[in-house]
Amino acid sequence: MREVRRHLPLYAMMLPGLLYILINNYLPLIGLQIAFKKFNYALGVFSSHWVGLKNFTFLIKTSDAWVIFRNTLGYNALFIVLGTIFSIAIAIFLNEIRQRAIRQVYQTAILVPFLISYVVVSYIAFAFLSPTNGTINNSILRPLGLPAVSWYTEPAYWPYILVIVNIWKTFGYSSIIYFATIVGIDKTLYEAAYVDGANTREQIRYVTLPMLKPAVITLTLLSIGRIFYSDFGLFYQVPMNTGLLYQATNTIDTYVYRGLLELNDIGRSSAAGFMQSVLGFLMVFSANEIVKKIEKDNALF
Amino acid sequence: MDSSSKFFRLLSHAILLALTLCCVMPLVLLIMSSITSERSLVAYGYSLFPKEFSLDAYRYLWTSRDKILRAYGMTIFVTTVGTLINVALTTLIAYPLSRKTLPGRNAIAFFIFFTMLFNGGMIPSYLMWTQYFHIKDTVFGLIVPTLLLNAFQVIIMRTYFSTNLPVEIIEAAKIDGAGEFNILAKIVLPLSTPIITTVALLSGLAYWNDWLNGLYYLIERTDLFTIQNLLNRIIANADFLNNNQNNQFLSMGFTVPSIGVRMAIAVIALIPILVVYPIFQRGFVKGIVVGGVKG
Repeated sequence: MREVRRHLPLYAMMLPGLLYILINNYLPLIGLQIAFKKFNYALGVFSSHWVGLKNFTFLIKTSDAWVIFRNTLGYNALFIVLGTIFSIAIAIFLNEIRQRAIRQVYQTAILVPFLISYVVVSYIAFAFLSPTNGTINNSILRPLGLPAVSWYTEPAYWPYILVIVNIWKTFGYSSIIYFATIVGIDKTLYEAAYVDGANTREQIRYVTLPMLKPAVITLTLLSIGRIFYSDFGLFYQVPMNTGLLYQATNTIDTYVYRGLLELNDIGRSSAAGFMQSVLGFLMVFSANEIVKKIEKDNALF
Repeated sequence: MDSSSKFFRLLSHAILLALTLCCVMPLVLLIMSSITSERSLVAYGYSLFPKEFSLDAYRYLWTSRDKILRAYGMTIFVTTVGTLINVALTTLIAYPLSRKTLPGRNAIAFFIFFTMLFNGGMIPSYLMWTQYFHIKDTVFGLIVPTLLLNAFQVIIMRTYFSTNLPVEIIEAAKIDGAGEFNILAKIVLPLSTPIITTVALLSGLAYWNDWLNGLYYLIERTDLFTIQNLLNRIIANADFLNNNQNNQFLSMGFTVPSIGVRMAIAVIALIPILVVYPIFQRGFVKGIVVGGVKG
């Protein structure tokens, strides 16, 4: 108790921040009960009537439910796998560049997409994909004699578009993290490999990649924990909220948003949101437990 | 030096060069499209090599400058205030957490980091902020939700303090009778400029680019839009900028260059970031490394 008294000023310092976290992150948890209620704005969260699992059964009966879960999980799986491979590759390439100044230029450039908000990204995408004025239709397809594509009405193209945009936007960040890890690898390991007759490819395979394993595991673990969450900007802004594309672009987050603010249908949306929170938590927990069994040090907690 | 590693080096350069172009070229497209004449855009589409240049898009935006300048003002205000508070709150939490003698340290840390694993989702947050805290259509709606403090930044700051603040200096100061706040202000802060800069940059970028808060919480008060919100509204509806009483451009008989205007306004939103980025590039990279590698 005396220890607490001695540290009182430190607790005082933390108070405002902790209060904010309590309000911003913990208080809304009370609202999770809405998923089990028929929400009525006039009655509010606490007085709205309980309806048990009706919102959930209602949700599952819709074709939307399958689409949003498939899209959210599917895209995230793609992002994790492709994104990681791509970022590691780029980090390895960066490591090959001996001239520091040139490497700085590359590092600066690949980080640029990270700085751009998804709203601006959606404008860039529009510049490429606009059916009448877009660069692809006008400057690439037309000169080749190919017919123009109506990008914003064909869902089939969007898995490719979204994956490309996502990797474009995020690879710089991940690459730099992996690159920093590679830089930290003990140089003598490479020397030993070289003495053993390893060429560049073998050095990468037997030194670089194994030493990257902890970082890859940690980052992948974090990503898997977020596998039920999608980047709202990517799936709402870039397709410009076009209904025709929902098959390929609707995710749990966009579904919840649309239910809440566009369709005023809170029942199914809150059920989807609830499932997202619970499943997301279980994912992180399980992923962490699995990692604990394999490589104890790399677990998050 | 064996030829395979020379080849690999060349390959690395080639690929990175190509990627650099991929990252930068879309921005150049945006800029070029914004200074292309409307006629050329209709005939040839958005292109890196305009057939005909024109500043009409920007001239048009100039006539709507009040809306744009207002949005800019909001963005700058929200970013500044939000970042300042964020950095302050983050420091005030991270520093005590880094002090190993603090009772309950791990419990408090768990309290904070648990938020990264489990949250209530959009609907409970939205209902809470609008029904119980009434921040809908206010400036608070832009600053307070989500962005004011986040666990990730607390982690990297705490890590920095743990590894870079010599316990002896703090002990010495306490023996000299210094109070905790004094120690924080006079000893810790001056030693922590790198991490404070990093957190400020990350937070500043998040606020500048944020459009979700405005999307959720600004329904009627479109005058509180930030630049990102404005862009968001416009891509659906280029007429949003029109303010017919003030629009001499229209009254002079020119047609609204709506195709080029979209690009122009995106460029206007982009320019500050591009200008500031080279200055802070070092800090950004450092911040990412600190956060990602040690986090």
